[in-house]
Amino acid sequence: MYRYDQYDQQMVDARVEEFRDQARRRLEGTLSEDQFKPLRLMNGLYLQLHAYMLRVAIPYGTLSGAQMRVLADVAEKYDRGYGHFTTRQNIQYNWIKLEDAGDILADLAKIEMHAIQTSGNCIRNISSDHFAGAAADEVVDPRPYAELLRQWSSFHPEFSYLPRKFKIAVIASEQDRAAMRLHDIGINIVRNEAGELGAAFYVGGGMGRTPMIAPCIRDFVPLDRLVTYAEACLRVYNRYGRRDNKYKARIKILVHELGAEEYTRQVEEEFQHLLDSGVEPPFAELERIRTFFADPDFETGAKEDIDRSDPDFALWVDRNTIPHKQAGYVSAVISLKPVGGIPGDATAEQMRVMADLGERYSFDELRVMHTQNVVLPHVRKADLHALWTALDEAGLGSPNLDTIEDIIACPGLDYCSLANARSIPVAQKIAQRFAETKKTATLGQLKLKISGCINACGHHHAGHIGILGVDRKGVENYQLSLGGSEAEDVSLAKITGPGFDEDGIVDAVETVTGVYEREREGEERFLDTYRRIGMGPFKEALYG
Amino acid sequence: MADQTPPAEGRGPDTGPESENMLRYRDDAPVAHAAVTVDAFLDQSNAAAVRVEPGDDARDLIPHLERLDLVEVNFPAFGDGRGYSSARILREAGYDGELRAVGDVLVDQLAYMRRCGFDAFDPDAPLDPQDVEAAFARWPEVYQSAADARTPIWSKRHA
Amino acid sequence: MKLLTGNDLKTGAVTWWTGSDWSIHVEDAVDVTGQEDEIASREEAARRVNVPYAIDAELHEGSPRPAHIKDRVRALGPTVRPDLTLKPADPEIGKWVI
Repeated sequence: MYRYDQYDQQMVDARVEEFRDQARRRLEGTLSEDQFKPLRLMNGLYLQLHAYMLRVAIPYGTLSGAQMRVLADVAEKYDRGYGHFTTRQNIQYNWIKLEDAGDILADLAKIEMHAIQTSGNCIRNISSDHFAGAAADEVVDPRPYAELLRQWSSFHPEFSYLPRKFKIAVIASEQDRAAMRLHDIGINIVRNEAGELGAAFYVGGGMGRTPMIAPCIRDFVPLDRLVTYAEACLRVYNRYGRRDNKYKARIKILVHELGAEEYTRQVEEEFQHLLDSGVEPPFAELERIRTFFADPDFETGAKEDIDRSDPDFALWVDRNTIPHKQAGYVSAVISLKPVGGIPGDATAEQMRVMADLGERYSFDELRVMHTQNVVLPHVRKADLHALWTALDEAGLGSPNLDTIEDIIACPGLDYCSLANARSIPVAQKIAQRFAETKKTATLGQLKLKISGCINACGHHHAGHIGILGVDRKGVENYQLSLGGSEAEDVSLAKITGPGFDEDGIVDAVETVTGVYEREREGEERFLDTYRRIGMGPFKEALYG
Repeated sequence: MADQTPPAEGRGPDTGPESENMLRYRDDAPVAHAAVTVDAFLDQSNAAAVRVEPGDDARDLIPHLERLDLVEVNFPAFGDGRGYSSARILREAGYDGELRAVGDVLVDQLAYMRRCGFDAFDPDAPLDPQDVEAAFARWPEVYQSAADARTPIWSKRHA
Repeated sequence: MKLLTGNDLKTGAVTWWTGSDWSIHVEDAVDVTGQEDEIASREEAARRVNVPYAIDAELHEGSPRPAHIKDRVRALGPTVRPDLTLKPADPEIGKWVI
């Protein structure tokens, strides 16, 4: 894991003091709310439906047991005993006082954490593959590149007042586990024919009210030009991204309106200007960062066989563990989706359990997934039973990764001031319905994603089944869509037709899964069947 | 810090159309005449001061940098960050005259503006001198190379 | 009727204008029809409230009930965590919101 040196620590400490000073000026009245808002947002502090909300960054989703424990402490000391893991690998607290925010940031800084640029019209927390450093299929660990970009983007003097927010994801494998092409910039670290590493840049993806899949604008940027190329991408956006309409201000609109080719031409031109400007850190800096991400001390010849005599344990192993690059190890997913629970929420006690288990069984490393679960990336197969037993006792042993119970849901109208409808109750009812009918297992991989408004924080455009909550004359209404994917087979879901009320949407989801069960061939997933047979049969079943 | 942020020049007796709120971090005398628009500047040959609006392309000025003493970059609203790019582009092109941020310039933006190459500020509303001092003293280090002389952290790590 | 609501600047708590002060209980809210702008600007300037705004409401069993579901969720708390709402002991309160 990356560790701060004196410089990183000074920067985070300086930010805490800056924010304390800004909060003081706001409380004294020398800063108006209009002036304070972008400043607090750049420190992750929102004014939400019930109180201030603080979003804490978990850079590329990686954290230690000690860090997870501090997240638990913050939940207890300053909030109401829980936190919510988000679709961008962050955690947010819902009941924060402005008066406490400086102290919270100071507590976080002590353990090398922060809330820097977790909101606002700036470059946000860099996300990555939650199985980085563990996945059997990766070209290289993508996190050093994410860390390099984290430092470059932190307090960037030119790009802190962009037209709109800016999200970057970095992966390094064919399989996309970070929704890379639905980001403002998606970077895939690849190897060329000569065996050299480089970065493929995908620019202009996103969800929200105008979902778009990012086109590849350059398939190989040499690693010693990574920052320069990112700087060029951002400068073209900062200069020419629309500022007349907040709903058209994301880079996806610029790329779409210019066309990918013209946007690329402008980036390349800017890149030429910047080549000699000295913005690129020396390669030694990347090498320095890489050393922090060296493999942990894996046991060679770790036992491969698992005692599967307990069927509940065997089910969890089958569902929630992922092949590891190291023989005898797996990555184990801790589900934050108990049936009937709130997707992504964890209590302080649960966070401490996860911290302990991460320390004991996973070389003191945990990961937050964009699907709002937590991963222990490096677990010996021999330790799985003990791990599962401890998780199960803490209510963290749901065997439902990537099933219809593993729902992504934004906080929705229960917490969010932008929402038009509640998301969480819908997620709860759907999970309960499929748990009761025991269909979860037979449906296999089925990614269901719910957003409570058009901003799409719940990734509904990318759901095999997507649900969008809307406000229809003051009543919550839910639109159903099918066929989306955030993975390497990326696609945007299409709306089935007229929406449903809260109970109706649960029935509608059951109806479309019924069509899948009837129509599927062989090992097809729901998404595969939809792609093969199209919308017709689903529409017919839903609307007659 | 002192080398990066010398104290603002006191206003001399004949500093032209300067406002009460001006902060200046240059040793030379301020330009006394008003800035013209980019279009007007490109049309006429004798102006030495120009005002860049957010929608202007700062690169249009590059062929004429030698005859410019003052470039004002206007921030009609503090949230419109195009002026930061305009400033860096001019500094990258070698402009070493006065680069003045004008308009809705607030204390919390000063440090970033300085990093992008601004060396004078003429805010619409007066800034508290103590807050200004704190803003420039805020960052002990910087992560990026930009248009100022500060040494980025990555350079210090591998010195 | 119209209610004036906002958040406490320091704590962020949802508050309602009672005619003389701010309360976290919507039951204490009074009709501000016609005075909303004047009260809002005065109270915001004094930093007794943050980003105040007026909403529509009607009387329901003698107490103001916001017309829109969003304001009812604001008034009560998250429907999915009844234990964290202002009325954790009232099993029927969900119906007031929905």
